[in-house]
Amino acid sequence: MSEREAARLRLRRGPGLGMIALRCAPHVPGLGEALGGALGGMRGAALPERGRIVSANGGAVAWMSPDEWLLLCPRERTAGLLERLSRELAGEHHLLADVSDARAVFTLSGPGWREALARLGPADVSPAGFGAGMFRRSRLGQVAAAFWISGPDELRLFCRSSVAGYMEALLEGAARGEGPGIFDAPGA
Amino acid sequence: MSLRLSSGGRLIERDRPLDFTFNGRRLRGLAGDSLASALLANGQMLVGRSFKYHRPRGVVASGVEEPNALVGLGRGGRFEPNRRATTVELFDGLEAVSQNHWPGLGFDLGALNDLAARFLPAGFYYKTFMAPRGAWEKLFEPLIRRAAGLGRAPEEPDPDGYEHFHVHVDVLVIGGGISGLQAALTAGRTGARVMLVEQGPHWGGRAPVEGVRLDGRPAAEWVDAALGELERMGNVHLRRRAMAVGVYDHGYALLHERVAAHTPGDGRPRHRLWKVRARRIITATGALERPLAFVGNDVPGVMLASAVRDYVVNWAVAPGRRTVVVTNNDDAYRSALVLREAGLEVPAIVDARPQADGPLVQRAREMGIRVVSGSAIAGVKGRRRVRGVRLCAHEGEGAVLEEIACDAVAMSGGWSPVVHLWSHCGGKLLWEEGQAHFRPDPQRPPTGADGAPLVFAAGNANGRMETAAALADGQVAAEAALKALGTGRERGGARAPLPAVAPEEVAPMLPVWLMPRKAGAKARMKMWLDFQNDVKVSDVELAAREGYESVEHTKRYTTLGMATDQGKLSNINGLAVLSEALGQPVPQTGTTTFRPPWAPVSFGAIAGEARGDLFQPVRETPIHRWHETHGAHWEPVGQWRRPYAYPRDGESLHDAVIREVRNARQAVGLLDASTLGKILVRGPDAGRFLDMIYTNMMSTLKPGRCRYGLICNENGFLIDDGVVVRLDKETFLCHTTTGGAERIHEHMERWLQTEWWDWRVFTADLTEQYAQIAVVGPKARALLERLGGMDVSRESLPFMEWRAGELAGFAVRVFRISFSGELSYEIAVPAGQGLALWERLVEEGAAFGIMPYGTEALHVMRAEKGFIMIGDETDGTVIPQDLGLGWAISKKKADYLGKRAHQRPHMTDPNRWKLVGLETLDGSVLPDGAYAAAEGVNENGQRKVQGRVTSSYFSPTLGRGIALGLVEHGPERMGEVLAFPATGGRIIRARIVSPVFYDKDGEKQNV
Repeated sequence: MSEREAARLRLRRGPGLGMIALRCAPHVPGLGEALGGALGGMRGAALPERGRIVSANGGAVAWMSPDEWLLLCPRERTAGLLERLSRELAGEHHLLADVSDARAVFTLSGPGWREALARLGPADVSPAGFGAGMFRRSRLGQVAAAFWISGPDELRLFCRSSVAGYMEALLEGAARGEGPGIFDAPGA
Repeated sequence: MSLRLSSGGRLIERDRPLDFTFNGRRLRGLAGDSLASALLANGQMLVGRSFKYHRPRGVVASGVEEPNALVGLGRGGRFEPNRRATTVELFDGLEAVSQNHWPGLGFDLGALNDLAARFLPAGFYYKTFMAPRGAWEKLFEPLIRRAAGLGRAPEEPDPDGYEHFHVHVDVLVIGGGISGLQAALTAGRTGARVMLVEQGPHWGGRAPVEGVRLDGRPAAEWVDAALGELERMGNVHLRRRAMAVGVYDHGYALLHERVAAHTPGDGRPRHRLWKVRARRIITATGALERPLAFVGNDVPGVMLASAVRDYVVNWAVAPGRRTVVVTNNDDAYRSALVLREAGLEVPAIVDARPQADGPLVQRAREMGIRVVSGSAIAGVKGRRRVRGVRLCAHEGEGAVLEEIACDAVAMSGGWSPVVHLWSHCGGKLLWEEGQAHFRPDPQRPPTGADGAPLVFAAGNANGRMETAAALADGQVAAEAALKALGTGRERGGARAPLPAVAPEEVAPMLPVWLMPRKAGAKARMKMWLDFQNDVKVSDVELAAREGYESVEHTKRYTTLGMATDQGKLSNINGLAVLSEALGQPVPQTGTTTFRPPWAPVSFGAIAGEARGDLFQPVRETPIHRWHETHGAHWEPVGQWRRPYAYPRDGESLHDAVIREVRNARQAVGLLDASTLGKILVRGPDAGRFLDMIYTNMMSTLKPGRCRYGLICNENGFLIDDGVVVRLDKETFLCHTTTGGAERIHEHMERWLQTEWWDWRVFTADLTEQYAQIAVVGPKARALLERLGGMDVSRESLPFMEWRAGELAGFAVRVFRISFSGELSYEIAVPAGQGLALWERLVEEGAAFGIMPYGTEALHVMRAEKGFIMIGDETDGTVIPQDLGLGWAISKKKADYLGKRAHQRPHMTDPNRWKLVGLETLDGSVLPDGAYAAAEGVNENGQRKVQGRVTSSYFSPTLGRGIALGLVEHGPERMGEVLAFPATGGRIIRARIVSPVFYDKDGEKQNV
């Protein structure tokens, strides 16, 4: 990768994240509070709207489907969080599962990440269509992926761990060369 | 002889010559040339041969509609066939070869077909080559293919990259002429997300060529100003060289951008396929001029009138020194004027209209050009190039009145809007009598998902043929699109004024489908409609006489419009001729359906990044690298790669399998079973749910226990199997086959979401969360005990039970299940620890002679035990009862998926083929899939069959071939010998035996 390309986009594996899949009805009493509490120190509820992610204290809750959420946390907190949530949701119909090992995480940094994604998948990743706080489940190349903006000029994404090698090669390819510059226009 | 003029040419740079070759001949063009203009500048009029008669063909058009000038471009891996010379930008070192001739362009043996033309009428291949049987395949087809083949496929790998790009916009404007620019300006000024695309390298469309003046200034100046404004807008994206090839439902459009086709090897992708999701689409795609049907209209040197002035104005290239113009409208007079202004001769304008006296006609007369009204071309003189024309009265049969020497003919039969993209998604058309063309019917547009209009046509593409109207129409279309989006003019403030355009006075055109109007049958055989596919007026008329009334059928019968140009020039003329032959008006005949793509798209662009290593995702287990470094021979299983076997140095694959089977049977083997599906099912109704999903009773399974289960679809057919584990009162873990993980998870979710939405059950696919390792063999327990940790004794962990615990410090779940018939433990750990556990097992197992084994050993061992494999013993038509698995179908349950189906007469038919074992008498291995022959033949004269082989292996344990198969009344016929005809007339005899070849009582797995 040339220096110029590297300045536009850098790709790295990780960080390893703790991930907990939670399925339950959105109207379960205290769900938002349980999630907010699990993240720690969050005042009030953490129940993201459709297509969004709520972050706090190094953790996050992402909306996966109308009855599924994904908790992201530092790896070492996974077991404790699982236990805590399991306790708080006891008596409510739900499913909790550690899925940390089922996913591979990548971090893209640099201004080129939007074009890299636009080369690989159908989601609207323009600044107008995809901003901070949004969480997209979509397709990159031929596999499923989910991604969100994790910092200034930084994107985090994950896919199934079995296709991590494919995803890495895919992203490396998409990071190469000059794109059409469609997201570079002023105000685009 | 075509030539380069000494002055003019708005697109060329005379001080930048470019060298290129055509059929190996070195030629020189100029920067800004198209390949077609450069060829013409070099006097290369002959560019190809027609498809059927191999007639000499020259450049007819100047754009994407060109039917003749198809070339192969580049060499080696960069070779690209079927490129239109008219849309190829010239670059230094370009190499082009002509196509469709054999042996040479100048001398073509296929041209003999032309002499035999009367024996090759429309549909000739349907008529001629039907008999004798076999002659088609062996004789006619190869000959025709050799004679008719278009471009050849490249023979080396393509060194260039291709890519896709997805973009979402409010408005996609297709066409960078003045209508499209005006539409983009109008939409862009409101702040909407706009993308404006132009198929060629230049903006402005035809306006600069036509000498249009906007606000009193040349059109090019207005175009530049418009582009400047668009470029300053942050919300508008401009793309040249981007051909919109298809419009689909939901505002999805495909653009084929030739990024670096004119700068090969510069590191950029050669082509880019844009996948645009547009909320609204504006098609400002212009119009195409129609040829006229007269005798010899295909002779090189006969061109569209508009193309003639394109070549003169854009590239200072003239098709000849003396050009006769033939027309049925005023527009072609512009070509005469342009030629004359360039100092070239125009001996006559042949106008089919009885009277011609519009302003353009007057100007031509004032310049001293002879206008012959009411006249027609009776024939073109010359074969490989135009030498003259014979004139006749248009209203006659073709009696020649005079001859005019000339070396080019500029023809115009009127203009047809490019309605293709409008039509792709269901837009309907109107027949416009005055212009004799189809234009978009604004009352019947393509509609989007919201039921509102999706596509808006603008300018020439909308039948607005005059400059002022076309320009205004761009604004109208954009406003309509914005209104549909709810982001109308109110956001952008006042409507910006349109530039002033001098009014044009144009006299009506005269529809001319046949020239002269009463031309005889012989003449019609020499009037071409489709230049590329060699379809003539006589062919379409013949189709009508033979009873073809539908334009779609006529198209297929005559091949009109079926060539690579998809009838861009021939469609309207062809269906007008058909209408006349049927004696009905054109709109009653209708038009063929326009389908994507509007222009050819390269395979590279379609594939995008999906080539080489990225052709398909390869799924890897957590232990993949270990397998790789230990010599695994891979087997693709879905998108997974699984080790088939681990051959050692000098060992054949077959020997490796034998060794791995024996070792697992005698010592201990290790299998990476991580790919097996693992679906978590949890909730108060989980037991009830699994009772419906599986044929067995699952709700009675106790926590700590495992049960083998079968899944049928609602038609009763077996679709998956696997071991269900009860983790706790509310939680089950369902193992599926490797290929079944996603499929069965979806199957469960579908039933939960659509039918049993009120059941309290959640599922999660945890397949990849865990690595799963099978430790198999008589020494398996000893190995696990050596690892230390949990109690794996027979008493604490009996067969078909599971425990959670620790092994060698790993937190594990251990399932005592067996797919091999041996003492077997399947150990699950979080995927991230899979490799470490595997390596530990290998290390500690050395003392027990541990060896990893692959999928083939797994298959052999399960077959020795008579265990079925989904996809081998099942093929979508097999039910559990066929496989002797009736024991796994609960009789107590009120219902399960497939229960009703299992009661259908066909499913309970005692004649269904049933699972048995097969042992060859000579110990050989039966061919997989072989059929057992029965007495007699069926109604098709085929030998009757009574069974087939579903799995077949060499069994190292028994030292002979074993097979599983489905046989009619099989279980009742133990000991009978069946005959399996094999290749080469060989017959293999095999005895029906029990499907369980090894350890019939199951003692070994239960120790």
